[in-house]
Amino acid sequence: MRPFTYERARSPAEAAAAAARSQGAKFIAGGTNLLDLMKLEIEAPPHLIDVNGLALDTIEATPDGGLRIGALVRNTDLAADGRVRRDYGLLSRALLAGASGQLRNKATTAGNLLQRTRCPYFYDTAQPCNKRQPGSGCGAIGGFSRQHAVVGGSEACIATHPSDMAVAMRALDATVETVKPDGATRSIPIADFHRLPGDTPHIETALAPGELIVAVTLPKPVGGVQLYRKVRDRASYAFALVSVGAIVQPDGSGRVALGGVAHKPWRIEAAEAEMPRGAKAVAAQLLAGANPTPANAFKLPLVERTLGAVLAEAKG
Amino acid sequence: MKFDTPATTNPIDRLKVVGRPTSRIDGPLKTTGTAPYAYERHDVVANQAYGYAVGSTIAKGRIASMDVKAAEAAPGVLAVVTAGNAGPLAKADRNIATLLGGPQIEHYHQAIALVVAESFEQARAAAALIRVDYTRADGAFDLERAREGVTGPSKDDPDSTLGDFAGAFAAAPIQLDATYRTPDQSHAMMEPHATIAAWRGDQLTVWTSNQMIDWATTDLAKTLGIPKEKVHVVSPFVGGGFGGKLFLRADTLLAALGARATGRPVKVALPRPLIMNNTTHRPATIQRIRIGATPDGRITAIGHESWSGNLPDGKPENAVDQTRLLYAAPNRLTGTRLAVLDLPEGNAMRAPGEAPGLMALEIAMDEMAEKLGLDPVEFRIRNDTQVDPEKPDRPFSQRQLVECLRLGAERFGWSRRSAQPARNRDGRWLVGTGVAAAFRNNLLTPSAARVRLDKHGMVAVETDMTDIGTGSYTILAQTAAEMMGVGLDKVVVRLGDSKFPVSAGSGGQWGANNSTAGVYAACVKLREAVAQKLGFNSADAVFSDGVVRSGNRSAPLAQAAGDPGLAAEDAIEYGDLGKRYQQSTFGAHFVEVGVDAATAEIRVRRMLAVCAAGRILNPLSARSQVIGAMTMGVGAALMEELAVDTRAGFFVNHDLAGYEVPVHADIPHQEVIFLDETDPISSPMKAKGVGELGLCGVGAAIANAIHNATGARVRDYPITLDKLLDRMPEVG
Ligand SMILES: Cc1cc2nc3c(=O)[nH]c(=O)nc-3n(C[C@H](O)[C@H](O)[C@H](O)COP(=O)(O)OP(=O)(O)OC[C@H]3O[C@@H](n4cnc5c(N)ncnc54)[C@H](O)[C@@H]3O)c2cc1C
Ligand code: SF4
Repeated sequence: MRPFTYERARSPAEAAAAAARSQGAKFIAGGTNLLDLMKLEIEAPPHLIDVNGLALDTIEATPDGGLRIGALVRNTDLAADGRVRRDYGLLSRALLAGASGQLRNKATTAGNLLQRTRCPYFYDTAQPCNKRQPGSGCGAIGGFSRQHAVVGGSEACIATHPSDMAVAMRALDATVETVKPDGATRSIPIADFHRLPGDTPHIETALAPGELIVAVTLPKPVGGVQLYRKVRDRASYAFALVSVGAIVQPDGSGRVALGGVAHKPWRIEAAEAEMPRGAKAVAAQLLAGANPTPANAFKLPLVERTLGAVLAEAKG
Repeated sequence: MKFDTPATTNPIDRLKVVGRPTSRIDGPLKTTGTAPYAYERHDVVANQAYGYAVGSTIAKGRIASMDVKAAEAAPGVLAVVTAGNAGPLAKADRNIATLLGGPQIEHYHQAIALVVAESFEQARAAAALIRVDYTRADGAFDLERAREGVTGPSKDDPDSTLGDFAGAFAAAPIQLDATYRTPDQSHAMMEPHATIAAWRGDQLTVWTSNQMIDWATTDLAKTLGIPKEKVHVVSPFVGGGFGGKLFLRADTLLAALGARATGRPVKVALPRPLIMNNTTHRPATIQRIRIGATPDGRITAIGHESWSGNLPDGKPENAVDQTRLLYAAPNRLTGTRLAVLDLPEGNAMRAPGEAPGLMALEIAMDEMAEKLGLDPVEFRIRNDTQVDPEKPDRPFSQRQLVECLRLGAERFGWSRRSAQPARNRDGRWLVGTGVAAAFRNNLLTPSAARVRLDKHGMVAVETDMTDIGTGSYTILAQTAAEMMGVGLDKVVVRLGDSKFPVSAGSGGQWGANNSTAGVYAACVKLREAVAQKLGFNSADAVFSDGVVRSGNRSAPLAQAAGDPGLAAEDAIEYGDLGKRYQQSTFGAHFVEVGVDAATAEIRVRRMLAVCAAGRILNPLSARSQVIGAMTMGVGAALMEELAVDTRAGFFVNHDLAGYEVPVHADIPHQEVIFLDETDPISSPMKAKGVGELGLCGVGAAIANAIHNATGARVRDYPITLDKLLDRMPEVG
């Protein structure tokens, strides 16, 4: 860990402004991801802006019947919220499938969206990694890639986004609310929030430097049976090999998003038109153009089969 | 005390304290967080500085140049130790690669420097400033490839043969010829390797975490080139070892060097990402097993060859050992095949040899039973032997494998199992059951102890034995209490100090039997001293309830001690009973698994182990050992694998996020049954070990259960869902 300076911001706009003042500064929320990365010097911010005291930790109803989730709402509290459990069961289930109780007590809504990949080459600073050190190459391609992406990857990077929560947010059409250093606010649809790696895998989201997430909003509930199925080698405390978040309506229509397969939570709205025709048809569209490695090609049938199980369960 | 004839009745047989379920006497220290573990010994010496180890980032080659100037100039830095400035260092025989590398690099994350600073954070930050230029050399990192070049045994490890294996196998009406693979594994103990070192003049003390105090003392002295008497090793509590802490490792050497360089006490813990590649691991194996049998299920030929790799001068993983002893067959061939690999050093991990060996052999037995149309329990029973198959004049001292299998089958409800795979479904789960034999040898090694008696009647045991979480403190206290006729509250046990008599140490499940026998021997001597002091005839003196009785005379034990107290020291030493008898421990594992019909996720539902392992000294801690081992077996079967990057030559998933071990949610109901057994051939304690037996065979029982559930036979561990998916039923 490199020495850094630290401040507590007093308002969201001030936090964003402070971030712009010091190059490479970072916000710190729960710290469950950032601190680990700083210890390994994968992240080396010279300045930390603590956003925990910004009163961004409430969940409020929106005028159009949705929910506005403060950026600092802890994963535990979000999963346990009565409105979330009733109207956005997918989100609650996805959160509870992630990490451990202790981590969820610390982890925040914004931090979870921004957690970085778990690619082991990213974590070993002696290894090439375009995401950690642009231009150094990709250790995972041709190496140990069992966990890695099967769709949307590039020749520069095949990392996955490890979040469970983000998969649910994607299926629920969430919007990320931000404030920029100049005080301007904007709303970023979750579909546009995470980026594919392309040849700049180190740029992971649509956020501008210094831009602070203040909330994530959910549109009004869409109903349906909402399921999240996370597939992994051990029963708990492991990242997804693949995960399927689905909302299934009584008429068989619905939405599907995948985790563990791409650099971002993976959803293709057009594929959802196939839902009445079953998992095979949906998976075929979701995974069209897939380019797996020999070590993770199993994710393709696994997605189809898991989706099949989820759709069967939704039917009851 | 020389133990060279079978034990007869002795005071231990009273079983007033020994053999009773007894909570750990050190439990309160652990539950209150006051058990002193090495890295937290702030109390033992003032002014401790922090060391941070730097690992090589290539697997093989040379350091061309190393620039430590920026690190030396960084805030708080006291010294940077490298092979270039550490002074001459030898290598102990028990280490394969040097512990401080450079300029030659033998494996990834071999330590090449230690940065010592005022704070841990300063040391770590400065370590990141060291710049190293390497000249890489080509290395061999791929066992599959290296195997092709190794067709025969190595010189030091010839094949064992009996009869005509090749002929008998070719002639056998029923044959199996299959190849099995087990991956590299990490010990993944909770407490990392950690040491505080301090010099006083030329006298070195290390507070460390080590399983074998005398090995550590000897090897540290040898490496530093100083007399052994100058080295004091202290390791009273060890937060897990599993073989990973059998040897002197880099944390200890680097702490000693850092302390010497700075004139300050220095503490070093290996960061988790360094542990997998810097220390030892269980090497991967490729095992070819051939079994020939007659249609009635008698094995006529059994062959087992195992390939593994290691650094030059390293040893093979002896995965064939159990096959020499487990089943009868007139024609036999077993042997290891060793390839040179430039991966980190392979060495012992809990039940070395038998753990991976049985993972293969006991699938092979299941496959063979299937070919024969025999129940796998019955097939094993039919091929039982009561003598060493290679030397029929050597009986087993005790061998209750058949009893373990029979009782286990009954308790588990084995008869309800469908022999046809893929017949049992419970909702989304395909359910199956599997069995495997457990086998692990009983190793005899000398073990010494000192026992003191004071005027208050308190008995103190001192031995350099270690408690690596196993319960040594408690069974040693039970032994002394039984021998001296006092309650556990009258016994204190001091362990893990090189000033104490040399014990067997902890490893190879030899700790319990040997170290308690050493305390037994010392207590026999102390009893003689007590009797003599009281003027009693030691042969008929009875020690009980704090009183010594002889004929119609009696006296409080404390009285014999008097003001100066009494002390006695002795060791257990073994004659040739180990040659005349084969001493082993046996068991049977039964497992029920569920395999998700859609995703092929595998979850264990039920586990039972039946063990026959001599006298069980403390059923409570013995059970803990076995369920812990069964848990490790679940890891081995279903998830544990150090992934090798065969280009760069290292284990990629080098932390506990990437190297998965079971969590609570993976472990279902576990049951353990110990058969009533005493083994008078093993020691005066009539005990053997259980700590490794509990692991042996578990993986295969799970693999066999998966086959029973799904019909898929996976021969490559770990058995992960990707290896089953294409054999699963249609979804929907
Ligand atoms: C052992 C372990 C297991 C885990 N398992 C899982 C799992 O199974 N599934 C899963 O989904 N996750 C898992 N996680 C990840 C966990 O969910 C994340 O670490 C957590 O959500 C991050 O939240 P945080 O508040 O601690 O973020 P921090 O670590 O504080 O921050 C993360 C990033 O977000 C930025 N940031 C934080 N707040 C804001 C803001 N308001 N605006 C802009 N930027 C901001 C920070 O600058 C930093 O770059 C695991 C983590 C660990 C350590
Ligand atoms: S997959 Fe991405 S994160 Fe992993 S090594 Fe390649 S570039 Fe780095």
